[in-house]
Amino acid sequence: MRIGVFVCHCGNNIKATVDAAYITERLRDDSSVVCSAEFPYLCAEGGQKLITEAIAEHNLTGVVICACSPRMHETTFRKAAAKAGLNPYRLEIANIREQCAWVHKNKEEATEKALSLAKAAIAKIKLSQPLFPGESRVTKRALVIGGGIAGIQAALDIAEAGFPVDLVEKSPSIGGKMAQLDKTFPTLDCSACILTPKMVDVASHEKINLHTYSEVEKVEGFVGSFTVTIRKKARSVDMTKCTGCGDCLAACPVKGKENRKAIYIPYAQAVPNVPAIDRESCLYFKNGKCKRCEKACQPKAIDFTQEDERITEGYGAIIAATGFEAIRLDAFGEYGYHANKDVITSLEFERIINASGPTGGKLVRPSDGSVPARISFIQCVGSRDATARGKPYCSKVCCMYTAKHAISAKEKHPEIDVEVFYIDVRTPGKNFEEFYRRAVEVYGVRYIKGQVGKVIGENGSLRIQAMDMLENGRYDAVTDLVVLAAAIEPSDSAKKVAQMLSSPIDANGFLSEAHPKLRPVESATAGIFLCGMCNGPKDIPETVAQASAAACKVIGLLVKDQLTTNPCTAKTDENNCSGCGLCAEVCPYGAVGVISHSTAVNAALCQGCGGCTVACPSGAMNLQGFSRAQIIAEVDALCG
Amino acid sequence: MRVNVVAFCCNWCSYAGADLAGTSRLVYPSNVKIIRVPCSCRVDEAFILRAFARGADGVIVCGCHIGDCHYATGNYHTRQRMESLFGLLAFMGMERERLRLEWISASEGAKFADTMAEFTAQVEKLGKNERYTGDCIKATDAEAAEGI
Amino acid sequence: MPQEINKKMRSRAREMLASGEVTQVLAWEAGEFPNYPAPAFFKDETACGRILYDRFCTANLSKFMIEATRQTGRTLVFLRPCDTYALAQLIKENQINREKAYIIGIGCEGNVAVNEGEERGLLESCRVCVKTDYPVCDELIGTENNSRTVVTGSERFEGVTRVEETDTSARYDFWQVLLSRCIRCNACRNICPTCHCKVCILEGENPLEKQFFHIIRAYHQNGRCTDCGQCARVCPQGIPLQLLNRKLIKEYKPVEVQP
Repeated sequence: MRIGVFVCHCGNNIKATVDAAYITERLRDDSSVVCSAEFPYLCAEGGQKLITEAIAEHNLTGVVICACSPRMHETTFRKAAAKAGLNPYRLEIANIREQCAWVHKNKEEATEKALSLAKAAIAKIKLSQPLFPGESRVTKRALVIGGGIAGIQAALDIAEAGFPVDLVEKSPSIGGKMAQLDKTFPTLDCSACILTPKMVDVASHEKINLHTYSEVEKVEGFVGSFTVTIRKKARSVDMTKCTGCGDCLAACPVKGKENRKAIYIPYAQAVPNVPAIDRESCLYFKNGKCKRCEKACQPKAIDFTQEDERITEGYGAIIAATGFEAIRLDAFGEYGYHANKDVITSLEFERIINASGPTGGKLVRPSDGSVPARISFIQCVGSRDATARGKPYCSKVCCMYTAKHAISAKEKHPEIDVEVFYIDVRTPGKNFEEFYRRAVEVYGVRYIKGQVGKVIGENGSLRIQAMDMLENGRYDAVTDLVVLAAAIEPSDSAKKVAQMLSSPIDANGFLSEAHPKLRPVESATAGIFLCGMCNGPKDIPETVAQASAAACKVIGLLVKDQLTTNPCTAKTDENNCSGCGLCAEVCPYGAVGVISHSTAVNAALCQGCGGCTVACPSGAMNLQGFSRAQIIAEVDALCG
Repeated sequence: MRVNVVAFCCNWCSYAGADLAGTSRLVYPSNVKIIRVPCSCRVDEAFILRAFARGADGVIVCGCHIGDCHYATGNYHTRQRMESLFGLLAFMGMERERLRLEWISASEGAKFADTMAEFTAQVEKLGKNERYTGDCIKATDAEAAEGI
Repeated sequence: MPQEINKKMRSRAREMLASGEVTQVLAWEAGEFPNYPAPAFFKDETACGRILYDRFCTANLSKFMIEATRQTGRTLVFLRPCDTYALAQLIKENQINREKAYIIGIGCEGNVAVNEGEERGLLESCRVCVKTDYPVCDELIGTENNSRTVVTGSERFEGVTRVEETDTSARYDFWQVLLSRCIRCNACRNICPTCHCKVCILEGENPLEKQFFHIIRAYHQNGRCTDCGQCARVCPQGIPLQLLNRKLIKEYKPVEVQP
């Protein structure tokens, strides 16, 4: 090998402590070093010129730079090498500034150490290979899984940038949970009013393909070239013929799930405004009778023979926006949710006060339809709960939506007594604290710091037994309506979707971001992005911000014609590999596949961490750029 | 004779922390020499044994804080592996204080310098290592000759 | 007890060969030396008469299944509990074609150590064995009396704790004496079910490498070792190698991907 060594003075930064001349001279002892030079500032134009000319003049096959940290100028020097015709990965840097000259006072010791570090770099470069970044293609189309506000925002942003995007939603309409809300905190905007324009935009945007009542069934491929199979469930209604008139709904005699008919549109502002038949409650599908909807339908859009359809499509990037659910309250019997009609969840309260909900917006008790004289809100049902039945985390939005509910109740009926049982009131967002204070000071909502032990039905009302920590005593009173702020958890489909996408999930089932601080909307798996509640509890502004951020990342990917892959990837020596798969278990990116008694690394997915290399007992797996032999050579040079 | 300390530092956190110690001009013993790895999970037991065999007196493996690994799960593997390995080596008579696993973030320049100073002092107290020294793992010498 | 199981093994083996369900049977037969049975393949019903199962049948059969399931035809193999654990690990590591194996779990009361043809009490690994189940098998023979665990709880790792409780220098000397006896015959590696690398990374002849060989080999088994104790049994120099594996087993924690 013909190695060129270049020792930088970095002005006086290195030279003052490390004897550059001595090192430059001593390194010539190695017979592979055919040229050794020192220079005041290697990063400057003069320095770059020195290197590129030396590469040409001495036919160098490897270069070692003794200078500042590779985190500073590795890219700079690699570019210089490439310009001179040397593979950029035949260049190694010894950090003799940040990790030597700047941290040691004794000149002799610092110089000896710098010499040692340089020798290690030389030993490493001797075992280097030329490396070439790979290229993979990019299908310029995006997939968004989930049609709530997160998915809607992301799809709109991507479409506006000019890329086609498919939006898949499992229920018959997009809109998600936000479409079910009455008002949003802290502005008390009407939720549907701010959401429906976006929903209409999605439906009418020429670049967006909407697949409602559909689910993702299979995902194959990798970043830039995913292949996805989507199952479009049979609505039993021909979408091309339906006009959304609603005659079929009026004709249907059946009351199905959740008090709606067997043929239903989820809510008045649904997009698309096309009903679906719930085949489990439809009389025709159950026992061949009825068909009144078909008779009532003038455009003849009802189609009982319709079947699920499967489509397969290619995408360059995928966004997961699968949203959330409230936890089931089976394990929280003390609140009497299943035993009493007047113990309800916050989402159910939201539906009651919503004009488009089951009571037409009248705030009445489910049991007898009367207006409650007192409403008690119980916070943290299942949140901040270290036991097995609950969630350890704070669900983030409940303090605010309960304040909103309290204010809504008072707006409708100022005479209602409203109390909130809380552990803490968390109001971190913009105008949140002011909103909560309004509830207390302007609307007279009573906040009681203490946990509720029990809710029992009593003569048509409810008795609450709780602790009042600030009064330091028990609280025992009768109420008419109890609203539970149930904890938030990822939607049922999140785990399935995460597995299909090879996207890691955390201990609570939320899809994990690649880095908690610096990569909040990317999954660890290349090409998969996350936004909204699927990634963790958050409110609407945060969700919209994440959705746009994820869209931005997708756009950045789709504008490329080719993806350059990191060349320092793991590689299997198939002759030595026994296919045990211990490497594949370790990989955070699913980049290692076991194929017929061997393994293969997908260089497009591999991020070069080296975990697989260490898990491999036979040494068949190795990491280019940081190979086993290279690091051992460094160890030998440093310890010798 | 001066003790030799080899530090394996992950590129994204601890190596950057070491750089920060440098930018901040914090001082620590020159006995410490750093080998850069992409992730702390890259550190193979063979590297550690080789270090002792070649004259290292202490080995410290540094990575990102748990939960912050640039490669998502790398340092969980490091943690499990190093705990097993250090336990095994101690079982075989290697002084446990010659081995260390530390999480140092890119912003913890001071922690880096302090840890290196503390660890070096600890190793100096134990003196030069005389256990499990000598040549080993000939197979990798063969690899070296073939330039793999 | 083993005699009854032996009878059933022979008849079942004959049955399966006759019906063509399997093309060969893997079990033990009497070896050259007294009380030292050897693993063997039996390819026809007559040969099955030589199938031997007694308390000296210690050699693991699972490792032979790697090669056996690569051949055409199916192999019937009789496995003791520890051996099924080994096979389960090999299946997990893609070394076994499961469809080519018919596994009959056989009852085990623990194997007996042999020295110069004579009984020397329960093998150490059997003394502390808690494996009475069969994580992978198609059928069972004679497994009603599998509970013979003599030592339970943390006492099972008594051998390890005894070494742990000495001081560092004493431990170093202890292992230096033992490991200096190693002649790198590689028997431990060859018998170990989870040592199945095509080319062993530890091939070589360096003098001090004997020590690294054992440290690294034990370490490569971390989380995979099924504690069968064969490594110590086959060592011609009597090095208690299972102490290294058991130290790792005692403290093994799977990777927790959580803060």
